[in-house]
Amino acid sequence: MATMVVLAVVAILKEREALTMAYEDQNVNSGAAETDNFSQAEVTEAAGEVAAEAYEVENYAREAYEHKSTLDDEQIKKLSKKRISKGELKRQSVLLIIGLIFVLYGLLFYYLPLGGWIMAFQNYKIKTGLLHSKFVGFDKFKFMFEFDTFEYALETSGNVFSAFKTWINNVVFVRTIRNTIGMGALNLVTTFIMAIVFAILLNEVKNKFGKRLVQTISYLPHFLSWIIVCGIIHDSLSSTGIVNDVLRFFHIVDDSYNFFAHPLWFWPIVAFSNVWKETGWNAIIYLAAITAIDPSLYEAAEIDGAGRWAKIRYITLPSIAPTIVILLVMNIGNLLNAGFEVQYLLGNGLVQDVSQTIDIYVLNWGVGQTDYSLGTAAGIFKSVVAIILIVVANTIVKKLGQESLF
Amino acid sequence: MKVKKDEFALNYGDSHGGKELSAEEIKALKKMAHKHTKRMDGWGWAFVICNTIFLVLFTLITLYPVLNTVAYSFNDGLDAVRGGIYLLPRKFSLESYSKVLKIQGFLVGAKITVLRTLLGTLTSLVANALLAFIISRKRFLFRSSLSLFWVITMYVNGGMIPVMLLFKYLGLTGTFWVYIIPGMVSAFNVMVLRTYMEDLPDELEESAQLDGAGYITIFIKIISPLCKPVYATIALFVAVWQWNSWFDAMLYNRMKSEYTTLQYELMKLLNSVMQQSGSANGNNTTTTSKQVTPVSVRSAATVVTMVPIICIYPFLQRYFVTGLTIGGVKG
Repeated sequence: MATMVVLAVVAILKEREALTMAYEDQNVNSGAAETDNFSQAEVTEAAGEVAAEAYEVENYAREAYEHKSTLDDEQIKKLSKKRISKGELKRQSVLLIIGLIFVLYGLLFYYLPLGGWIMAFQNYKIKTGLLHSKFVGFDKFKFMFEFDTFEYALETSGNVFSAFKTWINNVVFVRTIRNTIGMGALNLVTTFIMAIVFAILLNEVKNKFGKRLVQTISYLPHFLSWIIVCGIIHDSLSSTGIVNDVLRFFHIVDDSYNFFAHPLWFWPIVAFSNVWKETGWNAIIYLAAITAIDPSLYEAAEIDGAGRWAKIRYITLPSIAPTIVILLVMNIGNLLNAGFEVQYLLGNGLVQDVSQTIDIYVLNWGVGQTDYSLGTAAGIFKSVVAIILIVVANTIVKKLGQESLF
Repeated sequence: MKVKKDEFALNYGDSHGGKELSAEEIKALKKMAHKHTKRMDGWGWAFVICNTIFLVLFTLITLYPVLNTVAYSFNDGLDAVRGGIYLLPRKFSLESYSKVLKIQGFLVGAKITVLRTLLGTLTSLVANALLAFIISRKRFLFRSSLSLFWVITMYVNGGMIPVMLLFKYLGLTGTFWVYIIPGMVSAFNVMVLRTYMEDLPDELEESAQLDGAGYITIFIKIISPLCKPVYATIALFVAVWQWNSWFDAMLYNRMKSEYTTLQYELMKLLNSVMQQSGSANGNNTTTTSKQVTPVSVRSAATVVTMVPIICIYPFLQRYFVTGLTIGGVKG
């Protein structure tokens, strides 16, 4: 405790010294003011302000010194906060005003909708509004999850796993949760591995022109909208598309194969779409991280007789590990958000059991059937799961001793 | 002849008691060094060959579908139904493009999309930069609390329905402004800008302040000119996002055909076909329209929608590479 006070005092004294020096500088400068473009009055004013600040700091330092035995952390914090002088406050007023505008904007567009979460516990009607709609507690959540189906299945079969299976197969919302998390995880793993592999392999290319060309082309799909990407994927897999042409050429299929009619293919198609669109883009960060590796590490490894694989395994991968971990944590929080556009655009009646995600559920019920309460309830579930996922991922990362997000 | 300025010679000379080498000796030594580092065994060659094959395949898979779409768009509509068109059109025709331009919604959509991209990028850039500037001032009183206030918005949001109802109450639904105002500030972009601004030396601000400059002057005259590269990055991010948006047009302006966007119009064109694939046999090529068949029109519409971005992005590469590195690593 006492050492902290001493440290604080030392810091304050140092600052005072700096300020006094600045004050003296100003005095010296004021003599040669005509060489600069500002007037004598301005200089005196600025110098005066600096001096006033120096005086204040000196006071705090003395105060802190005299009370060193009674000060605690809280008080030191207060003291250091008080250091903002009136002149500084006046200068900052413009920042405060702009900051306030941004706070109001944020409250309106980002925080106010959180108040709408009340709807999930009401039987919300536009007529009665948020204030006068009837509260129904957790009824909407019960409706979504249909816990009785699970209980009934458990009673009849007596087996938790088979009951769980029945539950997933019969309750739409539970199935959408499975689809969202399943596709999200599959996308995350495939895009991550592909981006890292692509970055490492591209880095091994010695031909500068070729490297640049491949990289430029690899970014291309990222700039296309999901609509275009889904259209392209759809055309490639259609009966006249390249994939069926190749399959026919090698006589793997006789007639064209309809990939979109079989539930088994839907998840891989979604994963492939994500890989196709984002591999080059995601590799940018890894390539930057690889470029930042000290080349002498590779030289030393070479002298020790390390081959290409050993260099990748023992130098490149460990060097980009922190980047991988941070991106992984960030993306796990977004896992549930990724499940909308592709599934919405490529999904159809035949595969809807495996294609529907939470967002599509919200769209169908909340917008399509105008059951705002149910839509909100599903949205809340998604948000809560997303937050849990990111906190868990972050904790694991911390436990592993890596640099974490927060 | 003695080569004095050659670095290799100097280094060598240092470790050999300052003895200088002749040009031939240096040449021989260099050749040896070159041979040593470039030496490649069978595995090395196998790796290079496999790697090249992989990257060429990767490039082909990335590029082929796009080129194929272009080929279809320039092909005669009726002929395109037969399929079998790869990189070049079989029967050249510009009919599909004139068809696309005649679709009423497409022209309106193009106009609205250009407008929202320009206006949205400008407002968003100003707003994000201003917020980032405030948060990056080291002496600002509410620096950390304001920063936290916005970071939270990255992870928690109200969800589709409450946001939709809010826009309805605010009267944003059914207007052009729903594309501009709500998405103006993005916490992620603000954090990228903040990181960049924080790395600028503090002395810039301090000396300007001593010269009597207020914060607004510092922002416009000192910080902004130095932030041009990162501004370009953010502008690119926002512009691409605005150009590619379709969901907001569908959700908020479904009934207002005067505020439709290019991507939403394209989505309507593509979706009808995609839904057909879910039918039992999945043959969507049985359409027997006399003039232009969907496949070539769809391709032409796709090409029109993607050409502007494809033309621009290769020139902005260095900008988004820096932006992404700042944002991704320091996030």
